[in-house]
Amino acid sequence: MITFGSRAGGSCQTRRAFGVLIRIDAVTKRYPDGTVAVDRLSLDIPDGAITVLVGPSGCGKTTTLRMINRMVEPSEGRILIDGVDSRQQPVNTLRRSMGYVIQNAGLFQHRTIVDNIATVPRLLGWNKGKARDRARELMERVGLDASLAERYPYQLSGGQQQRVGVARALAADPPVLLMDEPFSAVDPVVRKGLQDELLRIQDELGKTIVFVTHDIDEAVKLGTMVAVLRTGGRLAQYAPPAELLSDPADAFVEDFLGADRGIRRLSFFSSAGLDLLTGPVVPAGATAEEIAARDTGGSPRLLVTDPEGRPLGWAEPDALAAGPVDAARLLSYGRPFVAGRDSLRAALDCAVLSPTGWAVAVDDTGRVTGVVSQQAIGDAIRTAHAAGAKTEGATGAEPDGTAEPGTDGTAAKAAR
Amino acid sequence: MSGLFDLPSDLQHSYLGLVGLHLREALIPVAAGLLLALPVAQLCVRLRWLYAPVLGLTTVLYAIPSLAFFVVLIDYTGQTETTVMIPLAVYSLVVLVPAIVDGVRSVPQETLDAATGMGLGPVRRYFQVQLPIAAPAIVAGLRVASVSSISLVSVGMLIGNQGALGNMLYTGMTYGRPRLIWLSVISTAVLAIAVDALLVLVRRILTPWMPRGTRPRPAVDPAAADRLATDGPGPAATARKDAAR
Repeated sequence: MITFGSRAGGSCQTRRAFGVLIRIDAVTKRYPDGTVAVDRLSLDIPDGAITVLVGPSGCGKTTTLRMINRMVEPSEGRILIDGVDSRQQPVNTLRRSMGYVIQNAGLFQHRTIVDNIATVPRLLGWNKGKARDRARELMERVGLDASLAERYPYQLSGGQQQRVGVARALAADPPVLLMDEPFSAVDPVVRKGLQDELLRIQDELGKTIVFVTHDIDEAVKLGTMVAVLRTGGRLAQYAPPAELLSDPADAFVEDFLGADRGIRRLSFFSSAGLDLLTGPVVPAGATAEEIAARDTGGSPRLLVTDPEGRPLGWAEPDALAAGPVDAARLLSYGRPFVAGRDSLRAALDCAVLSPTGWAVAVDDTGRVTGVVSQQAIGDAIRTAHAAGAKTEGATGAEPDGTAEPGTDGTAAKAAR
Repeated sequence: MSGLFDLPSDLQHSYLGLVGLHLREALIPVAAGLLLALPVAQLCVRLRWLYAPVLGLTTVLYAIPSLAFFVVLIDYTGQTETTVMIPLAVYSLVVLVPAIVDGVRSVPQETLDAATGMGLGPVRRYFQVQLPIAAPAIVAGLRVASVSSISLVSVGMLIGNQGALGNMLYTGMTYGRPRLIWLSVISTAVLAIAVDALLVLVRRILTPWMPRGTRPRPAVDPAAADRLATDGPGPAATARKDAAR
């Protein structure tokens, strides 16, 4: 299944028209007291991708999600699932065809982990053995140790419980997954792990995921498409995250994105286009003549590598020429980035962190492939922006925001 | 003659026969009370406004002395076990209804949401989620109701030998036989303690999912305990009433 946006490297060339799995059609939710939670919302949720609903509290994002599985009934409008009105099938049949994950997981405290996960298969009439086999299979998929199978929820950490929640939602292999702030209640480190895991699972399974969060960073990281809702349940913008960051529709969206959207947008540009210099890179045993012969490309220092080609640190050319260097006296090289795989954001971050202002690029095995200055990264950013603007010029009329600034497919979000 | 457990023939039962009778007269009403309390409590959970009046009603019923109940019931059910058991069943409601309501309400909203979202209808939700999670609270209620019921059965002696171990007490007093009095009182206490212990065991078996060292919810939840102590006849009130009888 081809993913909708840039996350798995889908570029403009490979993008195709997607079948809309869930169509929210002019839906309004008005409560008896007159409060309008969702106001004439229309949204086409693409098949096989993660669509994130994001917004401040009271923007109706959870209500919208709950209208999809009819835990909340719309006051007006309709919701089409694969072209069929969601009210045409029995409500519990509908719900069993959609995995549902909520904050704090909402596990059944009186059931073991396998039995929790086996809930929906059992409802669908699978026999106990088959349902439990399936549950164990899913535990592995979401990264839970098999020894936890017979434990009870209270014996698990919050992060593990949330993994169980995801496994439980996936148990009957539903085409749709509804996730309501699933990772908000866990600490940032665990949350990042869960987010990466979700992206990995999504790459493997290609579910249609509707994900609600109030965290714009999470939305940008996970979303193939991001719908920003404003208070009162109205749609402010619906676009791929890169477009959201480059072209916020209005002041509200811009404000919601926060101050550093320019930096964050760099996550969508690959570092593959960077001009890496190998001149300033010398092996530790280089002679004075070899050093003198180097074209340093403007770098005042040289990067010393070990015999395997791994970076050791920066040194003055004169000190190096004078004889063997003491590794402890080398200037730290900060943190390297993986050329091609990491984004320009990662490259810029490395350059900023490096005391010399130069970022070190390595390959997958950690060997130095070259160095690049902040200035060169700045040039690459401008080039990328220009290319993005050109692409936008070409396809800019498309409402779903196909105008992606990515210069190539390797600017994977995994780089962040 | 006169071994420790030998009883005069007018009791019409052996010692063990009386114990069995006592347990039956005490526990059948609790079971009946539970069967009645479950739907009543579920109604109270669904219709919040109903809870306060229901609680008031059970309290009023609890305040009616058993003798008064007997006087009314004898016309219909005669001098039988049933006449003893009906008031006991009614009394158990005062403990069981709030215990079940609190237990069912203690199920976290997110657990219910998850159940609904996964496609469990109201009936499955009740039997597969709410009731099992309420089990510790319900068992806690059953413990109080059972102990209270065991101590109350003895008043059945007032309507012609329907008091089981209470009859032994009465006979002992009538014929001046301290051994029978002691045997009756101690046996009743031992029965109450044994049934209570058995229910604790049942709770342990029913709830392997509870963190060890955690007591049933009504005992841990200070708010619920306070409510029971102030506006509802909880275990403390029951104990006071038992003492008064």
